Amino acid sequence: MSILETTDVRTGALVRIENVSKQYGSGNNTLLALDRVSLDVQRGEFVCLLGASGCGKSTLLSLVAGLDKITSGTLDIGGRHVALMFQEAALFPWLSVAGNIELPLRLQGVGRAERRQRALELLETVRLGGFGDKRPHELSGGMRQRVALARALAQNADVLLMDEPFGALDAMTRDILHDELERIWREQELTVLFVTHNVREAVRLGDRVILLSSRPGRVIEDFKIGHPRPRRIDSPEVSGQAAEITDRLRAEVARHAH
Amino acid sequence: MPTEVTEEQRNADQVSGLDALELGPQRKKGQLGRRIWSSTWPKLLAIVIVIGIWQLVYLSEWRPAYVFPPPADVLAELGELAITPKFWDGVQLTMTRAITGFAMAVAIGTLIGAAVSRFAPLRAAIGSLITGLQTMPSIMWFPLAILLFQLGEKAILFVVVIGAAPSVANGLISGIDYVPRTWLRVGQVMGMSGLAKYRHLILPASLPSFVSGLKQGWAFSWRSLMAGELLVIVPGTVSIGVRMQTARDLSDAVAVIAYIIVVLVIGILVDQLFNASDNALRKRWGLTGS
Repeated sequence: MSILETTDVRTGALVRIENVSKQYGSGNNTLLALDRVSLDVQRGEFVCLLGASGCGKSTLLSLVAGLDKITSGTLDIGGRHVALMFQEAALFPWLSVAGNIELPLRLQGVGRAERRQRALELLETVRLGGFGDKRPHELSGGMRQRVALARALAQNADVLLMDEPFGALDAMTRDILHDELERIWREQELTVLFVTHNVREAVRLGDRVILLSSRPGRVIEDFKIGHPRPRRIDSPEVSGQAAEITDRLRAEVARHAH
Repeated sequence: MPTEVTEEQRNADQVSGLDALELGPQRKKGQLGRRIWSSTWPKLLAIVIVIGIWQLVYLSEWRPAYVFPPPADVLAELGELAITPKFWDGVQLTMTRAITGFAMAVAIGTLIGAAVSRFAPLRAAIGSLITGLQTMPSIMWFPLAILLFQLGEKAILFVVVIGAAPSVANGLISGIDYVPRTWLRVGQVMGMSGLAKYRHLILPASLPSFVSGLKQGWAFSWRSLMAGELLVIVPGTVSIGVRMQTARDLSDAVAVIAYIIVVLVIGILVDQLFNASDNALRKRWGLTGS
């Protein structure tokens, strides 16, 4: 543990991924999902993982979340807590909206009154004040994702992992949720690792965009996105950089034609 | 900085405006009386049709009236039963047996279901046995039950429990098996494990399937009980089954049909209770179509 901690101090990284490979299956029937992927996420950074199908971006997120084991390499999150969001909100239907947000607090042993207070605050944070007593199914898809975000924030995690969280939403809702996520990320000083296949979304949100190749997943390039925030998805800077990254991505996809 | 305030306000308005549009206007539910009537009249119509056919068959003189009585005679018999205290004693005895047996079946079925879904070797060992038991006609158990417990309450309870427990166990097992994977992942990332995982995730998530298991278990225990009351006549008791058997012995067709209707009505009423709780659950979870 102490060695890991000193390593942290040296690099300052919250998540350190070094030469991580992930292989599924055994014998002749193996699939190499990730091939020697290296990447660091600094505290307060917003990092987007971008790639076409089969690039192992969701696999990488599962590994960081501790839901799956790496085959080789080093994955170090220094014993930190992570929270995870998916494309579906995955709220529990037997709990109210507030109950869903309170659940992680309940598991941490936080008292009832404090839990309730914290859930109310988090509902305000995601602009859903007054919806605490609703059932998840009474909300729209975008609202449910905001509840899922509030639940993730309630976990008080050091790193927020997001696996295409806005993939199932319409463009209008997605745009507005980008603004919301950017605001909350700034206000709460979050560290985010965000998986997407949408290039504009990655450039709109990320401090860095990590482009992954497909089958197996390798890091092709690490783009620094320096445009001032708050950004707009339709601004010339975002569009320009997105076009550049899209070209790289298409070249990578075309490679699999043979 | 006034511009920043308006910017923030504009963002907030965009978000809540979109929410309001997506939720749409609330539909009015309509009056209670009208809703009850609209769900009742088809059932009343069905009863009228059945009685009509019955009357027609009676009028066709397919069987003599002392074997196949007209609806009016049976309804009169039912009316008379309803004001006979002894009849209600019989209903009470039968219902007490049903509820005791069902409660035991729920307790045992839940324990077995939880154990089987928790331990993989146990599932391999008795998983298919449970399904096998479920398809077993309950009447097959009575010879053994009578040997084990003689002609007594215990023999009836034994068959009721063995008839209903597999359904309850299977309901719980399939509920636990089909907990969505993303829910399990969410739970794991939240740090749920062991007992907390069962308490906060697996058990609530398996509730709908468990309720359908209960409903099916009730149907099996009610059938087993009726078979048991006809076969195992406990001396000195006057359950519905005993009364039915007596009516048959006396060739009292009117009473036989009246008791069939009593058993049917009780079955339907209890089923309605299960349906109501099932519907309430589905509504809470948002699983209903509308």
